[in-house]
Amino acid sequence: MMSAALTRDTDQTAAHHAQAVSNSVFGFWVYVMSDAILFAILFATFAVLRHNYAGGPTGATLFDLPKVFGETLLLLTSSVTYGLAVLAMNRKNRIQVLGWLLITFLLGLGFIGMEVSEFQRMILTGAGPDRSGFLSAFFTLVGTHGLHVSFGLIGMLVMMVQVMHKGLTVPVQSRLIRLSMFWHFLDIVWIGVFSVVYLMGVM
Amino acid sequence: MAHESIDLPGVSHARLRTYVVGFALSIVLTIIPFGLVVFGLDRFPHTAILTVIALAAIVQIVVQLHYFLHLDRTSDQSWNLLAIVFTVLIIAIMLLGTLWIMFDLHARMM
Repeated sequence: MMSAALTRDTDQTAAHHAQAVSNSVFGFWVYVMSDAILFAILFATFAVLRHNYAGGPTGATLFDLPKVFGETLLLLTSSVTYGLAVLAMNRKNRIQVLGWLLITFLLGLGFIGMEVSEFQRMILTGAGPDRSGFLSAFFTLVGTHGLHVSFGLIGMLVMMVQVMHKGLTVPVQSRLIRLSMFWHFLDIVWIGVFSVVYLMGVM
Repeated sequence: MAHESIDLPGVSHARLRTYVVGFALSIVLTIIPFGLVVFGLDRFPHTAILTVIALAAIVQIVVQLHYFLHLDRTSDQSWNLLAIVFTVLIIAIMLLGTLWIMFDLHARMM
């Protein structure tokens, strides 16, 4: 009797947790969608201003496609390694979760490092955001994406500490899942960035 | 509380295979447009290259939504799907509306 009641109780608790996590995951999905609208507007702004060079440098002279390809590979691979962290989380393997999160973090850091050095090179050669409408739109769009990636990296550091200290509790798993949605979403935005800004920009 | 399992729609369906397939498809859909722009600018008409870039991007977005974010048409994803369909509608209205108005204005100012 007693144990049956207990089992039912834990079942109910588990179902309750799953429902709560499911709700917060959906809520986060709605946030991601609103973020997608924000990026869409930045893309529209860029599309309108993309030929307003004001006598300044064009995409063809500024962009280094092999480097952009490298950035793309870093971000794409980091999206997959975060997926592997989620798989390790489902297996309750704490060490592997930490390992994959660390690899994802380093790949994301590599991406940001390449982006910052690109921005630095452009600004130092006089192609900063104040040079032309094209460059204002470029820095706003690509910079907003980079800022998102940076916040994702901070999120990963926080989650690594939480996994270490709290273990894979239900709230920690819920946060890991939401961060994974954020990270995959940023990779999807980057597809638009390299296609519209860089590839179409050098043509 | 500790180490409880949560059976989540989407996440619990995640398999190594889906990530590997999604990764392979994404790589191919990245190499095609990059290759065309780096090696094919003199060889192919620019409208064709632009079309391929746009198509590869759209297909890759769908691939990543499906294989990485596990979005599909199962019932436990129906709210997520509804939200993204609505978002795509809003984006289409704002993006196409902006481009229409601004390029029309540009043409009239010439």
